[in-house]
Amino acid sequence: MVKTMAQMASEGKTPEVLFWVGCAGSFDDRYKKVTLAFIEILNKLNIEFAVLGDEEACTGDPARRAGNEFMFQMQAMANIQTLDMYKVENIVTACPHCFNTLKNEYPELGGNYNVVHHSQYLQGLINDGRLKIEGGAFKGKKITFHDSCYLGRANGVYEAPREVINALDAELVEMKRCRTKGLCCGAGGAQMFKEPEKGNKDVNIERIEEALDTGAKVVAAGCPFCMTMLTDGVKNKEKESEVKVYDIAELIRDATKES
Amino acid sequence: MAQQIAFLLVFVVANVFAIRSAKRIWDDIHLGQPIDRTDQPAERFKRMLLIAFGQKKMFKRPIPALLHLFVYLGFFIVNIELLEIVLDGLFGTHRMFQDSLGGLYPALINFFEFFAVAVLVSCVIFLIRRNVVKVPRFEKPEMTSWPKLDANLILVFEIALMFFLLSMNATDTLLHNSEGFFFSNMLTPLYAGMSPEALHIAERVFWWSHIIGVFFFANYVFYSKHLHIFLAFPNTYFSNLNPMGKMVNMDAVTNEVKLAMGMQGDSNMVPPERFGAKDITDLTRKQLLDAYACTECGRCTDNCPANMTGKKLSPRKIMMDTRDRMEDLGKAKRENGKDHHDGKFLMGDYISEEEINACTTCNACVEACPVNIDPLSIILDLRRYKIMEESKAPAEWNMMFQNIETSFSPWKFPPSDRGKWMNDMNS
Ligand code: SF4
Ligand code: SF4
Repeated sequence: MVKTMAQMASEGKTPEVLFWVGCAGSFDDRYKKVTLAFIEILNKLNIEFAVLGDEEACTGDPARRAGNEFMFQMQAMANIQTLDMYKVENIVTACPHCFNTLKNEYPELGGNYNVVHHSQYLQGLINDGRLKIEGGAFKGKKITFHDSCYLGRANGVYEAPREVINALDAELVEMKRCRTKGLCCGAGGAQMFKEPEKGNKDVNIERIEEALDTGAKVVAAGCPFCMTMLTDGVKNKEKESEVKVYDIAELIRDATKES
Repeated sequence: MAQQIAFLLVFVVANVFAIRSAKRIWDDIHLGQPIDRTDQPAERFKRMLLIAFGQKKMFKRPIPALLHLFVYLGFFIVNIELLEIVLDGLFGTHRMFQDSLGGLYPALINFFEFFAVAVLVSCVIFLIRRNVVKVPRFEKPEMTSWPKLDANLILVFEIALMFFLLSMNATDTLLHNSEGFFFSNMLTPLYAGMSPEALHIAERVFWWSHIIGVFFFANYVFYSKHLHIFLAFPNTYFSNLNPMGKMVNMDAVTNEVKLAMGMQGDSNMVPPERFGAKDITDLTRKQLLDAYACTECGRCTDNCPANMTGKKLSPRKIMMDTRDRMEDLGKAKRENGKDHHDGKFLMGDYISEEEINACTTCNACVEACPVNIDPLSIILDLRRYKIMEESKAPAEWNMMFQNIETSFSPWKFPPSDRGKWMNDMNS
């Protein structure tokens, strides 16, 4: 069950948190599954949340990174008007780019919210004891985590996703370049929306080679763009039958399913 | 007496030239836009202590870090001895502090000599790393003949200076039949057979070679990447304290957007000469300070995903180009007057679109830089210029802009479909 802010408002209710779904979470077939997985967790814990639905719009991140400051600010101002109309205070999002923009870049334009990435939100739920992981479908399995630039270096969030993975009782194996040294998937800075410049390799291939080197059969991510790039990388290496790329919310959802 | 006068002359000339060079650097940096980075002084001071003074970020690679630490400490510590050398030179004295310091004096000189040897050994290893082992990050295309020569020259220079210093002590020991010092005593056999007259001359030659070398170095540094030995300090002090992911807001754009959306804006605000950066004059003074503080170490480029996959982009080259452009424009203005423009620009004449378009804004370069340089901020300012002033973007980006404008998503989906996934779920 999922409600929009408009529905909530008409019922006279204010949700605990707004789930900012993001463009990929709304339109991209693969990432829609992540959206659903995260919502399943929220619903299971009876957390009152809402989404903006049709009223959500691109945060403007790719436009800003490509250099189009006008377009970014137009998007931001419009979104701030919507968020303020619903008196939103707390936001959770499964996209590090939305997270970074909403958290760091909207305040200067008048939008002030408590923004967390879903890895931090899940970590909070685990620490509070609200989210319990039993069953343990991933117990003892090797999982490697790919740091997304906009969560890691850009905002210094390295531990939250790792604690979530550790809560699965899985064996977290690190890639050669991780945390502050984590290698980009190649999609940031609006690269997602264009072909790469001339070179001798694609960045996501370089990255997936490192991920495969760990021997993990599960590559965990926390970003829609990383998800696309890593999945493409696995396909390129013809490893899609053995190695899977999952979002951390999907891992939690799957681990708690049977219990 | 003749030596005293000669020394005074050299001393004054060296200082006059150094001050002139410092002024040139100062003026070049002031070609940029003012920026206020004076908030949170305690935090800034801490960063300077840790990163510049404590070399914190260097220790991500322990071996070069340790060698570099010796050279760096040696630079400061051995230079304490300079005080005595300069005073001796001015007053015609011999080891001015020897008597007053008593037993402390040989201890101090031994301490200095230890660092002199450490510097010497480290520099030899550095030369081997650059020229024999050929560490890949020193072999990129932007490392053309001058940057390579610059790095090698400094190393050879340091080795020579330390050799002069130790030889000066060794010959002095022989000349005065004194006990000498631990490390320079190892060199005494080299000079042992010499007559007292020859020894005297040798001691003077080493003394002069050393001090003239030091003065030369102090002036050469302004033309070299070695400026970082001074500029690393202000550069880390004026670091960006925001999260790395936060881009600088363009207030002039905010104002126009507000007015366009019928919100309260400042209708009197004058828009800037241009949006984004076309030339170094559009960059901030911190960005220009960055360019002068760059050590050309290539740690940024080594960690750049674009560069490691064969793209033309190299964050080190962005910094080197910015410095070259700043020096070129500064020179042109000094020669032809303040309002002169040489018709060249950083964007286009020095840095190409292909380079800036390849950046994934991943911040790996910013994270890697041992002196907190931010190549990404320059790349983003150049992109802003390209898009907002020249409307020049790769076709796919234009498509993305169009999609955001018409359907509020970078992909072409009707906005009314945004909530479609909910129907699938709720049904
Ligand atoms: S931010 Fe850009 S220039 Fe810097 S390392 Fe990443 S891709 Fe390279
Ligand atoms: S920008 Fe920093 S990391 Fe890059 S070459 Fe210069 S000093 Fe080294």
